[in-house]
Amino acid sequence: MLVNEAWLKEFVNYSLPTDELTEKLTMAGLEVDSVSPAAAEFTGVVVGEVLSVDKHPNADKLRVCKVSVGDAEPLDIVCGAANVRPSLRVPVATVGAVLPGNFKIKASKLRGEPSNGMLCSEQELGLAESAEGLMELPNDAPIGGDIRDYLQLNDTIIEVDLTPNRADCLSVEGVAREIACFAEQPFVALNSPTIDETIKTTQAVSVEAPEGCPRYLGRVIEGLNTDALTPIWMQEKLRRCGQRSLGPLIDVTNYVLLELGQPLHAFDLNKIDGELVVRLAKPAEKLTLLNEQEVELDGDVLVIADQSQALAMAGVMGGQLSAVGDDTRDIFLECAFFSPLTIAGKSRRYGLHTDASHRFERGVDPELAYRALNRATELLIELAGGQAGPVTDVSSKQHLPSAKPIKLRLSQVQRLLGITLNDDVIESYLTKLGMVIIKNEGEWSVTAPSYRFDMAIEADLIEEIARLYGYDKLPQNSLNTSAKLALVKEEVQPLDRIKDQLVDLGYQEAITYSFTDEKVLSELTPNDDVYRLKNPISSELSVMRTTLWAGLLKAVETNLKHNEETVKFFETGLKFTLNNGILQQDQMLSIVATGNAMPEQWAEKPRQFDFYDIKHAVESILRLNGVLNSFTFKSVEHPALHPGQSAELLNDKSEHVGYVGLLHPVLEKALDINQAVYMAELNQSMLQLKSIPIFETVTKYPSVRRDIALVMDKNLHVNEIIDYINSQQGIIKSVLVFDVYEGKGVETGRKSVALGLILQDKSKTLVESEVEEFLTELLNNINKLFNAQLRE
Amino acid sequence: MENSLENVVQQASEALQQANSLAVVEKIRVEYLGKKGVFTRQMKTLASLPPEEKPKAGAVIHKAKQLFESSLNERKTTLETEQLNQRLTDETIDVTLPGRGQGIGGVHPVTRTMRRIESIFSRIGFDVATGPEVEDDFHNFEALNIPAHHPARAMHDTFYFDEHTLLRTHTSPVQIRVMENQKPPIKVIAPGRVYRCDSDLTHTPMFHQVEGFVVEKDINFADLKGVLSEFLKAFFEKDMKVRFRPSYFPFTEPSAEVDIECVMCDGKGCRVCSHTGWLEVLGCGMIHPEVFRHINIDSDEFSGFAFGMGVERLTMLRYKINDLRLFFENDLKFLKQFN
Repeated sequence: MLVNEAWLKEFVNYSLPTDELTEKLTMAGLEVDSVSPAAAEFTGVVVGEVLSVDKHPNADKLRVCKVSVGDAEPLDIVCGAANVRPSLRVPVATVGAVLPGNFKIKASKLRGEPSNGMLCSEQELGLAESAEGLMELPNDAPIGGDIRDYLQLNDTIIEVDLTPNRADCLSVEGVAREIACFAEQPFVALNSPTIDETIKTTQAVSVEAPEGCPRYLGRVIEGLNTDALTPIWMQEKLRRCGQRSLGPLIDVTNYVLLELGQPLHAFDLNKIDGELVVRLAKPAEKLTLLNEQEVELDGDVLVIADQSQALAMAGVMGGQLSAVGDDTRDIFLECAFFSPLTIAGKSRRYGLHTDASHRFERGVDPELAYRALNRATELLIELAGGQAGPVTDVSSKQHLPSAKPIKLRLSQVQRLLGITLNDDVIESYLTKLGMVIIKNEGEWSVTAPSYRFDMAIEADLIEEIARLYGYDKLPQNSLNTSAKLALVKEEVQPLDRIKDQLVDLGYQEAITYSFTDEKVLSELTPNDDVYRLKNPISSELSVMRTTLWAGLLKAVETNLKHNEETVKFFETGLKFTLNNGILQQDQMLSIVATGNAMPEQWAEKPRQFDFYDIKHAVESILRLNGVLNSFTFKSVEHPALHPGQSAELLNDKSEHVGYVGLLHPVLEKALDINQAVYMAELNQSMLQLKSIPIFETVTKYPSVRRDIALVMDKNLHVNEIIDYINSQQGIIKSVLVFDVYEGKGVETGRKSVALGLILQDKSKTLVESEVEEFLTELLNNINKLFNAQLRE
Repeated sequence: MENSLENVVQQASEALQQANSLAVVEKIRVEYLGKKGVFTRQMKTLASLPPEEKPKAGAVIHKAKQLFESSLNERKTTLETEQLNQRLTDETIDVTLPGRGQGIGGVHPVTRTMRRIESIFSRIGFDVATGPEVEDDFHNFEALNIPAHHPARAMHDTFYFDEHTLLRTHTSPVQIRVMENQKPPIKVIAPGRVYRCDSDLTHTPMFHQVEGFVVEKDINFADLKGVLSEFLKAFFEKDMKVRFRPSYFPFTEPSAEVDIECVMCDGKGCRVCSHTGWLEVLGCGMIHPEVFRHINIDSDEFSGFAFGMGVERLTMLRYKINDLRLFFENDLKFLKQFN
């Protein structure tokens, strides 16, 4: 909200310099966003009167004017503005003037005609962003007077960013009231003016929805002068608070809104059909608003209607039909209190954020309406004449909010703020804030003024005390809480450790959006139902991801387009799937990799990343957790993966942990990646389970190694043989694969697999004959079970 | 005989001097010291000498043998040293060539900052908690004292799935979830993703927050000020000015916003701090009694404070990143700067 200091000082005559004032406002919770001068720097501009306007002999669009600035001799000034005319009073930049932007005015000739100054527009004086023609001053503007003095331009505009609870400060009066609390100067309230009710005309009003409209005031004003102009002082105040002047009728309602915070609405009296009714909209009722937008009203929208139709959306915006115009002479001026709950959400729903709705949905002082109505009446009559009728007052006491006394305990002030304050200090703060207090033993009963409707509980009062005491002066402690040792679950591997493991293997962590493109999901996980946002930011971000691959593959594609050769990403986060219509949010760890297996270097042969590289990444996590041997990889099909290069990971209980594989070539093309991408997606919590080691006696007997090369069917999974060997009781300690070979010397359709068997007897040193005997039997069995023979 | 032994030693010594490999030296050794070697034969001649001459003759042979052995060892050592030196020369490599192996990746800058925040708070006993990202209206708003038509809801730009289901707009619902399951004393921070329906130069529809809260008997505003001031100084590793000013959040009362002296200009005023010298980095306050009421904690018995901070904002300030949108573009050229 914008407020100017000159206006504030009408309510509280503080002497603080601007920077101290804004600092205090900010520290009082009224955050100052910006401070700007009411007008840009300029000098040498005075009020002048155009005496005559003649054609320029050498230019069609220019005029030669004689302008009086109070000197004996009028000035010759050439002017191109369309609205220049005799007897017009305008700002004149005289020779020697410096306009905003350090624009110096010199005596010169324009197309041969002398020009000793410049007639100015609002734009040229830095009062407006743009202007059409000269700034027109009232006929009583003092000729020769400095325009800065005349318009009181040595003023400052302060922009305050108000929190939603401080609706009481949505006015000049409200901000001034707040300043008075710390400026050591009294607040001078604007008393309700007395209005001479000179006519008897009234407008009948009935309120059918008193919950939404506990108070509806209004009065008829007849015989307004349609030629009246808004005085310059009001235009200037409006301008400084961000409002354009739109004629006296609208200006007065805007002025009172800015001054006191009360929204008002003027109806053209002659366009109202019979009694006004404040009611909820009827089914399918339509209303064309002031901004020419036609809306269909929902049943919970409060309207002001006459006997034939809805005329205004209560507290939000008036309707076009009953709107006041240039020729309006008689009006009905509405000044109501609409309850916040009734107005809240409506402006958002219809996309109509107005000054009125902004205030009503946060709350307006319910007692303000009388004063505001009289203030607006007073100003209207002052500006445009007219005669006021009596006030129509439809108030429903039971629906009006009333300030209930709040109990404030001294002990609670100390408990929450950590300071000890004297009773009289607390009382002085509360009194400054306009609270009425009744003192009891160790506590007070506090009633907030009607404009502080945000005060509801004890903690609200304690915040006020803290605010006035000064947050920066409140003490500061080192947290002193009862220490309790945290439970550290050893069987859970910290996620950070797993991330570091991947980082050490050269993977980069990515963070991608949790919502993604439905099209991509339908290709990656066609069998999963998607969870759809009602109001997505775009169609590419409209459904929750069923797999982290969606975002990661997009990131791969982008980086490849940016000429990265190798992209290795991992991400952790939730995937969202529907299980029988019930949403499930599972924490996943996903990996994608493409390009070189190792960074390009002089000492290693370049090699493309392949299945066994990504498998290594997964295995390294299992190894980290000490569970590598109890987890298994099983060949499996997945719609996103190459059917010949995809596996699922099963844990020790044969539960599904996730998938590892190569992106299906069809998808690789569809996603415009065009190179092999290996991916894994694993359930994070299952992957975090660690085995806690149990000590085994260290055997002192040596182990022996026997290498065997077995020739077997090409499609046989080596793991099956290894599992078989490991399952043999006795002297097998471990098995490792050290070579796999196909080609010359091995029959087509067969492969040779070299295994290293580590053998050990825990109770004695193995002798050669035992080893031979064991191997012979093992090889026999392998031959029978797997059709695999020792390579000759 | 002595003469002849002298000759033997002389010859042997010459032969050793000419020997240019350890193999030749070994041959010479065998020739002189072997079973059939010169010295062995000499020793055998002692047998034919009269007993009184034996000691003297023996001593002479022994002395000659010692002389030989010492030349032999000397030559051997010389050759071995030469051989080692040769090997060392042959094995010399270019130590300036880069090392071999896998490169290193890195965690996302957001993770980097969250780890930093977690490690600072864990030292004073905070536990880490998480919660769902698809939330219900109750946990995200209602229980946090933001009823249906509260103007604060409008400020949240919520993503909805249906009337009651939404993407959490802040990490504060974790407060509620923790308090539903745990009795005070509680000291928790809750990092995570949050979502707002807003996307422009300074807003992304998803970002990260860290929520923190403490509930105990007699926790007060001074504790809040102390913890957060110390945290900010620890995070930025700087003894900077910190100020608390009144603000408003529906779920805290009193509420405050916390500003730090601008880290870009040391409070002198710059574009980043809009020439105020201050940067807003945190929101906080004493937990609102209404929040306690929703989860059946007696606010006369327990009190608490809560705070929330934007992870991207802290990351931008700490590492001088000037564009929020970079965080989720996942451009390796950006990410690798934090490895």
